Amino acid sequence: MSFLPKPKLHHPKLPTNDLGFTRRDYEGAISTLCAGCGHDSISAAIIQACWELSIEPHRVAKMSGIGCSSKTPDYFLGASHGFNSVHGRMPSVLTGANLANRDLIYLGVSGDGDSASIGFGQFAHSIRRAVNMTYIVENNGVYGLTKGQFSATSDKGSKAKKGTVNTDEPIDLVGIALQLGASYVARSFSGDKAQLVPLIKGALRHPGPAFIDCISPCVAFNNHEGSTKSYDFVREHNEAMNQLDVILGRDAITTEYAPGEVREVTQHDGSVLRLRKLHNQYDPTDRVAAMHHLHERKAAGEIVTGLLFIDPDPQDLHAHLDTVAAPLNRLGTADLVPGAAALAKVNAALR
Amino acid sequence: MPRNAVNDFVVKFANVNGSGSASANQLFAKSILRMGIPIASRNIFPSNIQGLPTWFEVRVSGEGHLGRRGGVDLMVAMNPQTWDRDIAEIDSGGYLLYDSTRPMPASRFRDDVQVIGVPLTQICNTAYTDPRQRQLLKNIMYVGALSALLGIEPAVIEQLLAEQYKGKEKLAKPNRDAFHMGRDWALRNLDCPLGLTLQRADAVGDRIYVEGNAAAALGAVYGGATVCAWYPITPSTSLAEAFERHCKRFRTDPNTGKKRYAIVQAEDELASIGVVIGAAWNGARSFTATSGPGISLMQEFVGLAYFAEIPAVIFDVQRAGPSTGMPTRTQQSDLLAAAYASHGDTKHVVLLPEDPRECFDFGAASFDLADRLQTPVFVLLDLDIGMNDWLCEPFAWDDTRQLDRGKVMSAEELEAGRTFGRYLDVDGDGIPFRTYPGTHAQKGAFFTRGTSRDRFAKYTEVGSAYVDNMQRLLKKFDTAKSLVPHPVERHAAQPTRTGVLYYGSSSAAMKEALSALEADGIHLDAMRIRAFPFHDDIMDFIARHDRVFVVEQNRDAQLRTLIMTEGNIDPAKLIPVLHYDGTPITARYIHAAIADRAAAMKVVPFAGAAAE
Repeated sequence: MSFLPKPKLHHPKLPTNDLGFTRRDYEGAISTLCAGCGHDSISAAIIQACWELSIEPHRVAKMSGIGCSSKTPDYFLGASHGFNSVHGRMPSVLTGANLANRDLIYLGVSGDGDSASIGFGQFAHSIRRAVNMTYIVENNGVYGLTKGQFSATSDKGSKAKKGTVNTDEPIDLVGIALQLGASYVARSFSGDKAQLVPLIKGALRHPGPAFIDCISPCVAFNNHEGSTKSYDFVREHNEAMNQLDVILGRDAITTEYAPGEVREVTQHDGSVLRLRKLHNQYDPTDRVAAMHHLHERKAAGEIVTGLLFIDPDPQDLHAHLDTVAAPLNRLGTADLVPGAAALAKVNAALR
Repeated sequence: MPRNAVNDFVVKFANVNGSGSASANQLFAKSILRMGIPIASRNIFPSNIQGLPTWFEVRVSGEGHLGRRGGVDLMVAMNPQTWDRDIAEIDSGGYLLYDSTRPMPASRFRDDVQVIGVPLTQICNTAYTDPRQRQLLKNIMYVGALSALLGIEPAVIEQLLAEQYKGKEKLAKPNRDAFHMGRDWALRNLDCPLGLTLQRADAVGDRIYVEGNAAAALGAVYGGATVCAWYPITPSTSLAEAFERHCKRFRTDPNTGKKRYAIVQAEDELASIGVVIGAAWNGARSFTATSGPGISLMQEFVGLAYFAEIPAVIFDVQRAGPSTGMPTRTQQSDLLAAAYASHGDTKHVVLLPEDPRECFDFGAASFDLADRLQTPVFVLLDLDIGMNDWLCEPFAWDDTRQLDRGKVMSAEELEAGRTFGRYLDVDGDGIPFRTYPGTHAQKGAFFTRGTSRDRFAKYTEVGSAYVDNMQRLLKKFDTAKSLVPHPVERHAAQPTRTGVLYYGSSSAAMKEALSALEADGIHLDAMRIRAFPFHDDIMDFIARHDRVFVVEQNRDAQLRTLIMTEGNIDPAKLIPVLHYDGTPITARYIHAAIADRAAAMKVVPFAGAAAE
């Protein structure tokens, strides 16, 4: 962990965003994770993404479960409310929070133990329920806080630090998210900030269930020879499908691309997801093809990354439930309590 | 000798589950109420949708006793599967009504029971060709026969059918016809009325007849609940379903048709309580409805809500344990599980309604209490109150009442520079202020954890900060004592040193037992407990008496344990009266249990004791 807190003072010429905030305004408490932890890079990417999107920090609710990854919401967006809940149960808490106030941005941060083992059910059901959220799994294939047990995303044949070889099949959360209807599905790597930041931005602007599986090496327990979640292994086997740019309405388009090189997807709020193709045949709007491709490349030993699926016209839980536009937590006595006259009618029908 | 009674007898219907008997039995029950005669009705049913036996018991009580009496005066035996035990259950001198289409050997009857045969199947098969009609209308037909035998006014039945099938004359007519067919056959062929008769009275007043689950759900609507997350489990399912029904009626935006509520049928009870806690954390009133197995599954989350101080409401409609136990039988066996739910040092507010009226009142109040105290609140119903229709006082509401959202700091207050510490006790009542997420751009945000933080929600694992917080939580629980519904005391006709404590669905039987005991010369002061933490009046009551019976419906005397622990009471002083076979406790049972022990302890009137 870092022992020296950063000074609050910063360079007067640090760039500011549309709200007049610098990146520092999106930071949180000092991280207590190990030096070099992939999770800290993801926190930095979240900070960068929120700053670039000019999101008001207090309009974000940060939700997490238990584990190293779930500690991180304390380390970014210090002006946001956060909730460090129960192991594997962040999805239900986030779902409830979302039902209470549909106007905030919900950012769920979880880990592979939290989402693929103890919370596998809640992960799955929050996705199929189409909660409007950004759900990031900081995936290191290992239980860090309890010192190095395999998690359910550990690859078969992967070796633990103490030498044990994993014999269980891994759960691919991206595959599950695709199957259960997530409308924005990405995989990235904590060591590739250029890829990760735009993926987080796209997810935050996505009005439906957005899932990012972010491989994030554990420097203490899963970064050795024989691990399939180490920095070296992931760099060697990373196969990016595309490079994303998130373009907000007012941004000028500056780069020129050759025809066929770029695919653009416009989201509900007018933001444009521009995907520079790195893989010729890949169509990120075709769910079935995405699932097929994922399995195919996995069999070939590759880790497929990038924006793997996007539904440009998603629906969320509030649409399914047909709730009023006003946040439920803002409705008052007059909106909610039927009153004595209505009760008299109820009584009359019960005699 | 056949029994003779006016407005005081028990009729039991033995049916096959899924045969459509429920609405006919309801019609029978309601017609008696409409004649101004109080009734207490209970479903006794299996964990099954179709085929297994089910019973419906109607206690007619001109005196107004609403507990289960025990015993049967008239059995309507419509289920061949349970014939023998149904016949055996009839009190000597009672009556048996059965479908006499198929002749039965004399050996299947009892000499001390008057047998009334009505060839229901035969009448039905003559009148109808459609098999479904034959089955459904046979039920209405026995109601017709009963109306002749017991003296139910046919106009009352016709009125009820008209109300039930309002605007659907196509359905009303065959029901009306079947009713008269049964009634006419009885009048022509049987000696009407029986020794058991109904006489119009004026003892119902403006009371309503409703089940506790529906009432609790209505309480949730009036309490301002907007989020409900639940997992289907008997006997609580009809609570969540009633909430949806009430919300469709009362919470649909008249202009847009959109919903001012959100209901999620979750994947399990863990998710249910998680959704509730997430929504409550974010400022929406939310609840779940469950039963004992669900309470077990929710334990971890309930503890988090206690420590993180999140207002969640949990309706627990109790049943006999465990998961594969007797889901359709009643008990009061979750009291300790609710009061001390979770790990670590936790205790929770528990409300104990006695009937549907209190299910409504406490249902609504639970949301104010949860917000005021920022803690989970359990409302403990049981199957007996929850799934049976009870005669109770009508629902009432004061239109000047506002939802009490408790201590929530607003953007204006934050802007004005008011100090905000999420776990800071500013008023001395142990209750801190909270903020809803998104309130203010710079102020009032905090990171929610169970513990390991200071008064300003900053991370710390320092022991003194932990203790400081735990002591404040105790203070808050002490504040709760005066806010929860107070106990209700009923003084004996004569001064006495013996008391009785009871709660929830035992109340009706207790009331009746107290009158019977009084008639025997056994006088008891009685106190009905309505909430945990215990109000000081309860400890005063115990102190004022030499011995106190504690009546409850579980094996381990859970209320007694809770009183002993929380009040530091000598166990010898509290005498348990326990009923836990899954059927509702009866006045006869309480009467016998207390009379027996009172005799052994020589409980005699106070004045007499002084003279000895």
